[in-house]
Amino acid sequence: MSLLTAPTLAHYLVLGAILFAISMAGIFLNRKNVIILLMAIELMLLAVNLNFIAFSRYLDDMAGQVFVFFILTVAAAESAIGLAILVLLFRNAGSIDVEDLGKLKG
Amino acid sequence: MEFSTLTFYAFAAILIFAALRVVTTRNPVHAALWLVLCFFTAAGIWLLLRAEFLAIALVLVYVGAVMVLFLFVVMMLDVNFDSLRKNFRSYVPVGATVGILVLIEMALVVFGSSLGADAAPAPPEGSNTRALGRLIYVDYVYPFEIAAVVLLVAIIAAIALTHRTRKETKHQDPGQQVRVRAKDRIRLIDLPVEKKE
Repeated sequence: MSLLTAPTLAHYLVLGAILFAISMAGIFLNRKNVIILLMAIELMLLAVNLNFIAFSRYLDDMAGQVFVFFILTVAAAESAIGLAILVLLFRNAGSIDVEDLGKLKG
Repeated sequence: MEFSTLTFYAFAAILIFAALRVVTTRNPVHAALWLVLCFFTAAGIWLLLRAEFLAIALVLVYVGAVMVLFLFVVMMLDVNFDSLRKNFRSYVPVGATVGILVLIEMALVVFGSSLGADAAPAPPEGSNTRALGRLIYVDYVYPFEIAAVVLLVAIIAAIALTHRTRKETKHQDPGQQVRVRAKDRIRLIDLPVEKKE
């Protein structure tokens, strides 16, 4: 892989890896704020989807794009439920700190 | 240098910068807007990879629905965000360490293997949407229906979690309506007959 050539599979994989590492670090940085945690998870899924699509293009197999389709579906459902839990947490605890999540028990 | 190469590097730079801003910015509304930029540039990169349908779906579904939901929730909740960032700086070393470790591991995998050296195969003929639709509705039809069920579960769960029943609302209880008997509905009272004077 060299710079300034047409992008190869390795270019996209490295981009996905950088994106994944950034969101991984973001989860550690914002370990109190549930909203930013959800956004970091979305970013991770985006990195994974990028890898899937790059492989689908370079291995010439459309199945990778079908997988991305399902990941998008599940991620949308996940963020909807996550935000619902977030609203519930704010209503019961008055904050969105991860440490307060235990207050939702029972 | 080809145009597509230039586009790739421009989009990659914007994507990485926006992703960094998502996890470091102070205001969650700004974080959500940076995430919107991330999705837009990612859609551009997906277009470079000839995944046209998914690129459009990413913009429509993610920017149009999921991120609007995020913004809605962030603006609806009156949260004191400064208290959530109290120990932000103390988490920087561990966060940076984990991020760099993940990056090194993935770089070892990518560069240690022989994959990715050769150029892309010729782009497939015809419409990407048509090919994807054929795959989803023919080969992957059962997973597709399971995905629909997952979305239904998400709808019901989100409503059930956040729905509040108020005491003062007037609503019907069909079970009680069915169980009712005639003598519950009408009550005959014997009034003493008064004489006319």
